[in-house]
Amino acid sequence: MKNSPALQSFDPQAVGFRSGLEVHQQLLTDHKLFCRCPAGVYSDDYDAQALRHMRPTLSELGEYDGTALMEFKTKKDILYRLNKRSVCTYEMDDNPPFLINEQAVEIAMEIALLLNCSIVGELHVARKQYLDGSIPAGFQRTAIVGLNGWLPYKGRRIGVVQLAVEEDACREIRDRGHLRIYATDRLSMPLIEVVTAPDMRTPQEVAEVGWLIAETLRATGKIRRGLGSVRQDVNVSVAGGTRVEIKGVPRIPLFPSLTYFEAYRQHRLLALRDRMHRRGLDKETEAYKRFELGSELEHPLLEQARRDHQRIAAVVLRGMSGLLRWPIGPNRVFADDIAGRVRVIACLDHFPNLLHTDDRRPSALSTCDRQALKALTGMTADDCVVIVWGQPKDVETGLNEVEIRVREALVGIPNETRQRLPGGETDFERILPGPDRMYPDTDSPPLALPAARVKAIRDRLPEPPWTRQARYTEFGLPAHWMRSLLREPVRADAFDYALKVGIKPKLAGWITVELLKYRRRIQRGAAELNPTHLQALLDYIVDNKIPRAGIRLFIEAGARRGSTEWRRLADECNLNCADRNTIEAAVEDAYVNRHLIRTLQPEARRRCLTGIVIDKLNCLADGRMVADIVEGRLNAN
Amino acid sequence: MDRLDEEFIDIALRAKPPALPFNNYRHIILIPAMGDDIYKGYRGAALSTLKNFAVRVWSDVAVKTNNGEFIGIILPRSETADDRHLVLKMPNGYNIGLDVDTIENIIERGFREAHYKIPEKEFPFDPGKPNVTLLGTGGTIASRLDYRTGAVIPAFSPGELYGAVPELADICNLKTHKLYGVFSENITPEHWLGAANAIKTEIEAGADGIVIGHGTDTMHYTAAALSFMVRTTPTPIIMVGSQRSSDRPSSDAALNLINATYSAAHCDIAEVMVCMFGPTSDEYALLHRGTRVRKMHSSYRSTFRTIGETPLARVASGKIDYINNDYRRRDMSRSVELDTVFDERVSIVYYYPNMKPDIIDSLTDNGYKGIIIAGTGLGHVNKPLYPALKRACSSGIHIFMTVETLWGYVQMFVYDTGRDIMELGVVPGANLTPETAYVKLGWVLGHTHERAKVNEMMLTSYAGEITEREPIDGYLIMQGGLPEMEIFLKNVHV
Repeated sequence: MKNSPALQSFDPQAVGFRSGLEVHQQLLTDHKLFCRCPAGVYSDDYDAQALRHMRPTLSELGEYDGTALMEFKTKKDILYRLNKRSVCTYEMDDNPPFLINEQAVEIAMEIALLLNCSIVGELHVARKQYLDGSIPAGFQRTAIVGLNGWLPYKGRRIGVVQLAVEEDACREIRDRGHLRIYATDRLSMPLIEVVTAPDMRTPQEVAEVGWLIAETLRATGKIRRGLGSVRQDVNVSVAGGTRVEIKGVPRIPLFPSLTYFEAYRQHRLLALRDRMHRRGLDKETEAYKRFELGSELEHPLLEQARRDHQRIAAVVLRGMSGLLRWPIGPNRVFADDIAGRVRVIACLDHFPNLLHTDDRRPSALSTCDRQALKALTGMTADDCVVIVWGQPKDVETGLNEVEIRVREALVGIPNETRQRLPGGETDFERILPGPDRMYPDTDSPPLALPAARVKAIRDRLPEPPWTRQARYTEFGLPAHWMRSLLREPVRADAFDYALKVGIKPKLAGWITVELLKYRRRIQRGAAELNPTHLQALLDYIVDNKIPRAGIRLFIEAGARRGSTEWRRLADECNLNCADRNTIEAAVEDAYVNRHLIRTLQPEARRRCLTGIVIDKLNCLADGRMVADIVEGRLNAN
Repeated sequence: MDRLDEEFIDIALRAKPPALPFNNYRHIILIPAMGDDIYKGYRGAALSTLKNFAVRVWSDVAVKTNNGEFIGIILPRSETADDRHLVLKMPNGYNIGLDVDTIENIIERGFREAHYKIPEKEFPFDPGKPNVTLLGTGGTIASRLDYRTGAVIPAFSPGELYGAVPELADICNLKTHKLYGVFSENITPEHWLGAANAIKTEIEAGADGIVIGHGTDTMHYTAAALSFMVRTTPTPIIMVGSQRSSDRPSSDAALNLINATYSAAHCDIAEVMVCMFGPTSDEYALLHRGTRVRKMHSSYRSTFRTIGETPLARVASGKIDYINNDYRRRDMSRSVELDTVFDERVSIVYYYPNMKPDIIDSLTDNGYKGIIIAGTGLGHVNKPLYPALKRACSSGIHIFMTVETLWGYVQMFVYDTGRDIMELGVVPGANLTPETAYVKLGWVLGHTHERAKVNEMMLTSYAGEITEREPIDGYLIMQGGLPEMEIFLKNVHV
């Protein structure tokens, strides 16, 4: 953390940290959202490819959206890989949509009600433009189902701004230079987007609320699980800044470090702005000078560029000396934010994609080069020069973006979406799109969601995790059991069933958490037992009074054999519980054959005999009954 | 209804207005609206609710319902939608419908009418570039949304087009002339006549090429009609449309327009053509002869296909590859000759098994003068129709046979049936497509009703509508699932 003034002691709360989440969760439906393609069929194979370009268009109110223009500047060829099992002509935007999938709407309504949202009277499908090509139509069909909800958290309410049902986008396969390739299998899968208010006040809270939302969605049992089925956008702002969105975070444990570093970056950018203002730099008047470079510089990257007949150009950033190495994170400086933007918009995606005179690392410009630049551009000790090379048009775009980013620094924190880097920092992804990109989908009729339908769903809502948690608190379960039960509702339902059939809470927790986890460890990749199997297992345990240790053997045998027919399993693996006669025989056998037992003190004699018998019976004997019989046998002497 | 709910009013007025969608005040004109138009599309209970709370379409409102409070702008409602909901545009851009039964109060916070406008810039003029005139008939080549009906409305001055498709300025000097604003299903022979006249006027005024924007549904009818009505032209006449409306980023409209304009400016073929996507990919357009082209898919981008022939050329990024050499060359010394006649008393009858003679009889009794039959196979209809056909022919109706298979020639000598039908007076129409045959018969009957002359004209090819031979690559409907097609699909962008 060489680049990090005060990073260690940085307190996000002190700078007005605020964060909100946008959780995108795929729903467990049979079909996609607007066509009859099967849902959840994934494959990297493809049968055909289609090529498209995206053009910015006007929203219904007549303006181009900022992101739209940015994507148009990048001028990418977008190639879609089409697998005929998972996509039809709808996803390719060669057929109008069919009516919206009612199953998906139903699940979305259920989740919205669980999140205490008001359900809209009528669902209106909107088109949300995406010009990165991630959707071949250029827009995502999306509709609000619920609004104004909340989640209880630490004695306060986390606002749920809205819940929308929408179609998923393509999976990006590759994005280099001016070509982007997408797989279309995930395209149009039904998902919901849950948007929270910026009510989280520390990085840790972001993760905790993330889990709370995940637990709530999972409580329905109607969402998809597994890789890629959930993606979260994390919004972060600090006081005096703007909202920045970190896109597509796959795992909740990443939230705290991401939001912490992002808050730090924003804090540092605000400090940079103040520094620039103190230097008298001003947004409106600045006209940066540009220079074309020939063979003046000897840096190896530029020599290579010359050999490749690329254009090399420089821009003089007046008054910016030293500020390009202004730290904005543990491993990043301001120049990295500029480079990120140049990478995305100018398609100059081989790092390093720019050189600048503030860089003092061995890989940077040599003193000689710096002298040459000074002579060529007339830069002073107050200035900084940035050099960009590549295809002529890309260099032009690149220089423009360098200037735009520096001008933005004068205002503060640019409105943008960022992508996660390994290590928890982020880099530029896109300009944050505004509501200008929304307009009605004239291909889809509105769908009324009558009060009766809402009531029917409300009447059969599953139990939300917070009431479940409140109910379980009295049992004094270990924290990790509680977490596991809340995150895996199948386990929690089994836990409740175990209580119902008379198993004590601690034992019920041990079976439904520890043993079921153990089962998965034994049989790698084994699916969770379904509720029917679990109930049958719990019934069997109760009916046959299987002792604790026996239950473990039983589950182990079941996992190894992949069997869920408990009665048969008991017969086949010799796991039937010992009856009174068997126990008596075993006690007799042990007492007769283990002469040494008789030499022990009475209490030790009793314990030793009991232990030998239980062990002999493979732990499958009722402990109390064994103790009774042992007691009787010893007393009989 | 409690209109004096003070706490709610207080909250309503303090809440932030939905600023973002309306941040550009150029497009927002505050006009006190008048008349019933202030309730665009609302009726019944929804209309009463608006009136009760003294709000209207474009009111910026706070709505209190028994289901929570909502802020937004009241949008017009489609007239075909129910009368139970108000449509609200929320600050985040989404629309929602509010059930009027749940509404307890509405406060008007302001009034913001939105005017959808394509940014307009003056189209540049370069004396070194060819002049192209774009004639508009309607359709979706350049369009915007209409809230009321949910329809897509054409909009297309040169300035608007330059704002939306600036690439056009690299190709030509553009002039536009809006002839009509109709959806293509509403096109009539009147429109064909008007378009033909406009073409002549524009070419004589110095256009080096003509582009005609047209809805795609009936574009091939209009292309055929103009092929007959514009007897000679010195320049290309290119019809163009789009399958995805231009309000969407994936629209084919811009690329079609660019390719059509380029073809009009630079192509060597002085005929009426249709210029539309070749594949569904954004790669190239095909130029199809106006009399042999047909729309073949209800929604695909690559919907237009030349039937029984190859297309004339392929156009992509400023380059034209000629596929077929058999065309009339561009020649600026040639003058435009029009032949704009049309007899509307013509119909197409699409044959189906068990068709009853009353279908034919009703045409006869209603004074029709020409019938195009799209017959089965090589050109057949069932026996019960014979008396009706005979009666029609003897009452002076001209009947021509085409095939509902679309590809292939009528051949009525192969089976007795065919010979019997010819005996009744039905004339085989070679390989005219049914649509082209319909347009052509109307045009021919505009000249003469004399049977021999009508037959002679119908079977003479004026604009490539009948071909003497069918090339072996003129019929290529490939079938998915075959191994060779899998290879083709994988290697060629669809």
